[in-house]
Amino acid sequence: MGTITGRRAAYERARKRRSTVVATVSSLAVVTAIVVLVPKMPRWDRVHESFFNGERFANSLPRLLDAFVLDIKIFAWSMPAIVALALLVAITRNSRSAALFPLRILTIAYTDIMRGVPIILWIYLIGFGVPGLGIDRPWNSPLIWGSVALVLTYASYIAEVFRAGIESVHESQRAAARSLGLSSWQTMRHVVLPQAIRRVIPPLMNDMVSLQKDVALVSLIGPIEILRQAGIDKSKFANFTPYIAAAAVFLLITIPLTRTTDWLIERERRRTTGTRIS
Amino acid sequence: MRKLTISLAVTGTLLLAACGGSSSSSDTTAAAGAGTGNECTAGKTLTADTLTIGTGNPAYSPWVENDKPESKEGFEAAVAYAVAAELGFGDAAVKWVRTGFDEAVQPGKKNFDFNLQQFSINDERKKTVSFSASYYSTNQAVVALAGSPAIGATTVADLKDVKFGAQAGTTSLEFITNVIKPTAEPFAYDDNAGAKAALEAKQIDAIVVDLPTAFYIAAVELTGASVVGQFPASASTTPDNFGLVFDLDNPLVSCVDTALAALKDAGTLAAIEKTWLSDKTNAPVIAVS
Amino acid sequence: MSAAKISLRGVRKSFGTHSVLNGIDIDIAEGTVVSLIGPSGSGKSTLLRCINLLEPIDDGEILLDGIDISLPGFDANPVRRRIGMVFQNFNLFPHMSVQDNITLSPVRTLGVDKAIARTKAAELLERFGLADKVNAFPDQLSGGQQQRVAIIRALAIEPEVLLLDEITSSLDPELVGEVLDVVRELKTSGMTLVLATHEMGFARDISDLVCVLDGGHIIEQGLPGQVFSAPQSERAQQFLERIIRAGRL
Repeated sequence: MGTITGRRAAYERARKRRSTVVATVSSLAVVTAIVVLVPKMPRWDRVHESFFNGERFANSLPRLLDAFVLDIKIFAWSMPAIVALALLVAITRNSRSAALFPLRILTIAYTDIMRGVPIILWIYLIGFGVPGLGIDRPWNSPLIWGSVALVLTYASYIAEVFRAGIESVHESQRAAARSLGLSSWQTMRHVVLPQAIRRVIPPLMNDMVSLQKDVALVSLIGPIEILRQAGIDKSKFANFTPYIAAAAVFLLITIPLTRTTDWLIERERRRTTGTRIS
Repeated sequence: MRKLTISLAVTGTLLLAACGGSSSSSDTTAAAGAGTGNECTAGKTLTADTLTIGTGNPAYSPWVENDKPESKEGFEAAVAYAVAAELGFGDAAVKWVRTGFDEAVQPGKKNFDFNLQQFSINDERKKTVSFSASYYSTNQAVVALAGSPAIGATTVADLKDVKFGAQAGTTSLEFITNVIKPTAEPFAYDDNAGAKAALEAKQIDAIVVDLPTAFYIAAVELTGASVVGQFPASASTTPDNFGLVFDLDNPLVSCVDTALAALKDAGTLAAIEKTWLSDKTNAPVIAVS
Repeated sequence: MSAAKISLRGVRKSFGTHSVLNGIDIDIAEGTVVSLIGPSGSGKSTLLRCINLLEPIDDGEILLDGIDISLPGFDANPVRRRIGMVFQNFNLFPHMSVQDNITLSPVRTLGVDKAIARTKAAELLERFGLADKVNAFPDQLSGGQQQRVAIIRALAIEPEVLLLDEITSSLDPELVGEVLDVVRELKTSGMTLVLATHEMGFARDISDLVCVLDGGHIIEQGLPGQVFSAPQSERAQQFLERIIRAGRL
C-alpha cells in the first residue's frame, strides 16, 4: 500500500506510542488488581482449595488428557460430515428448479425438527434408540450414533448459516455468471458458494467452537470423555479442580483455533480488498 | 366477664402445657404422629421437632417401593422410619427431600439431616461428609442379558473381554476399573437407567451394581436379564457398607449410631432385611484371584 | 435481404401485473451496432435480459440465426456463450483476481486449457491497456477499470453478439471515455453490439440503428441521423427535447 511519509507519519507514530502506553498500563492495572485483591477476599482459601488445588490438578491432568483424545476424535470425524450435510441442505433449499420441490420440503422439515428439540434429547433418542432397534456390535456403538445425533443437529443449524450466506450474495452475481454461459451448478460452485462461505465464517466459527464443547454430550450415552472423567474425579475426590483442569484443556485447543481462523480471514481480506475506512 | 375470660385462658394454657408435656417424655415407641425426637436429637436437627431425610430422585426398588418413601415400603424407607422411631420421631415428624446421588456427598451445607441412597462408606467421602455406622453391607454383582459374553463367568479372568457399564461416581465403576480391569474401558452413565438402556441396545455386555439392585434389575426391570454372580466382600479394598450420610461433623451422627445399635440388637434391622431383601442374596460367587 | 442475426417478433414481458414490454419488433443485422434509448422504465434493460434469456418472455419469439431460442425449455447455456452481456454495475466476482474472472468461463464452459486461457486473457488486457492489473482484485480497481475488465471477461468466450446494459451509467464522467473507446474498438473489429444507453452523443456517433423505447413500445426506429435530428413520433420528440435541454446531446 505504500509508506506513509511526512507530517501524517509523525502524528501516526506519536498516536501509536500513546496507545501502546495506555494499553500496557491498563492491562497491568487489571492483572495486578486480580492477583492482589482476589486472594484477599474472605473465603478465598476455601475456593482455592476446592477449585484451584494444585495437587488435584496435577493428579487429574494425565487422565483428563487421555480422555480428551476421545473428544478430539469425535470432533474430527463429525466436523466434515456436518459441513458437507449442511452445504447439501443449504444448496438444496436454495435451488430453484421445480423438480427438487419435494427435496426442498424435506430440508425445511429437517431443519425445523432437528433444531426444535434439545440436543440432549437427540443424543438419547438416536444414541440409545437406534441401536436398540437391534443392530449388532460394532455398528451399534454409542460413538457412532452419538456422533450421528451431533451431526444431524449441528448440520441443521449450520445449514441455516450457509443459507443466509448464499442468500446474501446479490442476484447480480448470478446474472453475471449465467450470462457467461456458466450452468446453475457452476455458478453455485465457483461464484456464489465461495462468496457465501467467506461471509459466514464468523458465525460458522461460533458454531464450530460450540461443537468442540458439545462433543462432550456423547458422554451421556457411555463413552468416558474429558468432561465425564472430570466428573468422576470430582465425585471421587470431592473437589472441583478437575473441572478447572478440563476447562484449561478445552481453552488450550479452542483459543488457538479461533485466533488462527481470524488471522486467515484477515489475510484474505487484505489480499482482496482496496481501501479500509478507519 | 373479665374473670371468665382470664380463667378460660388459664385453663386453656394449662391444657396445652399438659398435652405438650406428655409428648416430650422419653417414650421412644412410635406413637404414630406424636413423637418429635428425644433428648439426644434436641437442637441437632435442621428444623426443630422434625427429621428431614433425603433420598434419590427417583428412588429405586428394592430400596424404596414405587418411589414413595412415605409409604415406608422398601428396605431403605423401612430403615429410615425405624431409625426415626428409635430417635423418638413419629411418622408425622418425618419429612422427605430428594437429592441427586452425587450432590449428597459433595462438600457444603445439606438440606437434610441424613440421606440414604445406598452410599458406600469410604475414606474419600469421609473427607467431605460424615457417615453413620453401617446399616447394611452387600457385594458388587454383575447383571447381563441372555447371550452376553459375561454369562457363565466364574472368575474375573472370564470377564476380561467383557464390555462393562456402570453409574458414574459410584464404587461400582471403581470396582470395574480397579478389580476387574477389563481390556475395554467401561462406559459410564449418569444413572443406572442409562446403563440399562445401553445393555438393551447391546452397547455393553454387562452392568456392575450392588447385589440387591442387581436382583431387582434382573427380576423386574429387564426381561431376559440375570445376575451372573457376586464378588466376595474381600475383593474390593472398600467393601460396600452402606451408611447414612450427614453434614461433616454433624452431632446428630452419634444419636443415630445409638439408634442403629439398638435396632441391630433388637433384631429390627435383620427383620427389615428379611422383609425387603430376603431372597436376594443367592448368587454364585465370582472368584477374584 | 440477408437474415438478421437476431430478430425479435412481438416480444411481450410482464412482471406480475406490470407489463414492461408490449410487443417489440427489431431486426439486428450481423456486425451492426444497435442502440436502445428512452426514458427510465421504458424496458431497455429488460429487453436486453430477454435476448440472452436471463428473463423468459411471455409472448412472441426471439430468433438467433433463424432459430427460435425463446421456446420454453430451450437450453440457455449455449445461447449465452454466443450472446454475452456487460452490466451497469460491472458485477465482477470480488473473490477472484482479474485473471480468474476472465478465465473462469472459457475454462469451465468451453473446456479451454487454463494456460491458454490465461495467455488469451493477458492479450485482451494488453489490448485494452490493463496489462498490469492481471493479478489485481476488483475492489482494488477504479470503476472504469472494472468495467473494462467486465467487457474483457465477456469477450473471453468469443461471443458473436455483445449486449451492453447502460455500461457507463455508474461511472464518473471522466472514466466514461475510456469505456466508450473500448466499445468503439469492438465495433471496428466487426462485433454485433446491442447497447442500452443514456450517452446520446455516443449513440448517435456509433450506431447503425437507433430504437427509441417508451412504455414497452418502440416508438421510433431508424438511422441515428434521422432519429436524433428529425424524430417523427411526438413522444420521441418530447424525449429528445428534454435530453437536449439537459445538455446531454
